[in-house]
Amino acid sequence: MKPFTVHRGRVAPLNRVNVDTDQIIPKQFLKRIEKTGFGQFLFYDWRFGADGKKNADFVLDEPRYEDASILVAGKNFGCGSSREHAVWALADFGFRAVISCSFADIFANNSTKNGFLAVRLSQDEVAQLMQRAQDIDNYQVTIDLEKSEVRDDEDFRAKFPIDDFIRHCLLNGLDDIGLTLQHEAEIAAYEARHPALRALQAP
Amino acid sequence: MSLKKTLFEKIWHDHLVAQPAGRSPILYIDLHLVHEVTSPQAFDGLRAAGRKVRQPARTVATVDHNIPTEPRGTPITDLIAAKQIAALQSNCKEFGIRLFDMDSPEQGIVHVIGPELGLTQPGMTIVCGDSHTSTHGAFGSLAFGIGTSEVEHVLATQCLAQQTPKTMKIDVRGRLAEGVGAKDLALGIIGQIGTDGATGHVIEYAGQAVRGLSMEGRMTLCNMSIEAGARAGMVAPDETTIAYVKGKRFAPKDAEWEKAVAYWRNLPSDEGVTFEKVVEIDAAQLCPFVTWGTNPGMVAPVTGRVPEVKGLQEADRHSTELALQYMGLEPGKKIEDIGIDRVFIGSCTNSRIEDLRAAARVAKGHRVSSKVRAMVVPGSQTVKRAAEQEGLHRIFQDAGFEWRESGCSMCLGMNPDILQPGERCASTSNRNFEGRQGRGGRTHLVSPMMAAAAAIAGHFTDIRNWKFQ
Repeated sequence: MKPFTVHRGRVAPLNRVNVDTDQIIPKQFLKRIEKTGFGQFLFYDWRFGADGKKNADFVLDEPRYEDASILVAGKNFGCGSSREHAVWALADFGFRAVISCSFADIFANNSTKNGFLAVRLSQDEVAQLMQRAQDIDNYQVTIDLEKSEVRDDEDFRAKFPIDDFIRHCLLNGLDDIGLTLQHEAEIAAYEARHPALRALQAP
Repeated sequence: MSLKKTLFEKIWHDHLVAQPAGRSPILYIDLHLVHEVTSPQAFDGLRAAGRKVRQPARTVATVDHNIPTEPRGTPITDLIAAKQIAALQSNCKEFGIRLFDMDSPEQGIVHVIGPELGLTQPGMTIVCGDSHTSTHGAFGSLAFGIGTSEVEHVLATQCLAQQTPKTMKIDVRGRLAEGVGAKDLALGIIGQIGTDGATGHVIEYAGQAVRGLSMEGRMTLCNMSIEAGARAGMVAPDETTIAYVKGKRFAPKDAEWEKAVAYWRNLPSDEGVTFEKVVEIDAAQLCPFVTWGTNPGMVAPVTGRVPEVKGLQEADRHSTELALQYMGLEPGKKIEDIGIDRVFIGSCTNSRIEDLRAAARVAKGHRVSSKVRAMVVPGSQTVKRAAEQEGLHRIFQDAGFEWRESGCSMCLGMNPDILQPGERCASTSNRNFEGRQGRGGRTHLVSPMMAAAAAIAGHFTDIRNWKFQ
């Protein structure tokens, strides 16, 4: 996994609440068996018309948000389907993080497995960032995972909550399967201890 | 600290493999269900790292999401879908996993076949790369959806590192009225607490109305937990649960059965235990619901109206306006005046035998409106056979419904069953997100009875006034 330490980038505002993973990556693109190449389909039904032509008025396609690497969005971002393709699409498009006041659990979990940050700030802080991203040209913030902090070049500075272990894994780009396998002996002991209960009896 | 435990806490503690200092607890997974859409990249990951599937016997696969519901044997014309199905077939073969394939008499939606095969049992931890894994919580198991990285993690280790969720009780007092079912209960709850009302929590559904639900009803209720943002939903096992599991193909037998039942009887939450959040619902206040917007929390009673935008706070007004614009609805319009083009009876929410019986009871002796195309998609081949034995398919076909093969179908439109732009659908599925059933399609979530009635009337109609024949 790609480590996440400190990232500075341009902010794009997506001023909608409850952005579900069906919008982030519509189902017609879930049939691919690779992890790569999903960025071109990000927010597809919002970005492209039924004829496949770009909707010039979708925020991510406004020239001033080109190359944005941080998305700020309304509450309950990533709700709905568990599709990790949503995170793959955001990352492949060029985003390193989404900032919102709340995230759906599975989306937040999926983010941490991909070196992608779901940053939770208060409703007021998110509203401030949303406003600045709309008002200020080339508005950039720094997401500092070492300090668990988001800051801009003006007066914005806010701490965000994150589980210590998840932070540790993200900072170091750790493979958590490898970490669990360090407990091989305990897993084997657990399996030996519980042979009968919850057994699946083959017919 | 209290020694009393909730159902969730009992299962959680029973599955802790390790609690490394400063790390998330490591939880053992009893059953891992796998399907074609969220697994190929996980198997690739195993291969790349030279890892095996730790417990192939605790891993069960089927194809459901993208398969056509045309008669089996019809070639799959979507080549990318065909490739994804072929990938699951070869992965299952390579890693020694049991697959209920396209031509299996037990193929079906992963959340329908788990319970009907007896794979789903009380007290288990169950995961699947699908958010509606919460369905299995109906048996008093801890069941939740995971992403593909976690699918790989479970394949490799049979464990997951998980942060401990919070507990929440939804206490449904009183009884549900005639014509008001588990789907209405689920929609009523989400309408009240919102689509993020249970984020970070595992819900335990309790109370007289929940006890009174069949296993099918409990599955519908737990299925929709994710639509309230919950990590999982559960119902404590009782005699209804035990009677359902008994004799199922993978269920424990003989002495093992006796031991298992004794264990299950100790699972319900201890009397007087504390939950971190409690919501009370008065069942008598619930009615048949219809969603009007683009998330499952946007619900109205069938006798109600599309909400007014005036007077809403700015954030709510913005999302309501966007939803109404997408749905092509005017504020204040009566729900019963909304005409429909399509009806979909199916999905992991409402495609079990009891759902089909309820819909068939409504359809019997009636005709689908000439303006409406209606389809019934059984959740599994087992459900389909049972329905055909009872003659339900004849009732549906005589009324003008299409009777199709099992799969996820138009719930998410990954197969050819999709809405055309602007088409309006009464659907027994779980999500009314923009484009969910097809780009530009407009989805209204309802119960199976309400969907069948809408197919016949051509618009939404209150099932409580229905003339059953």
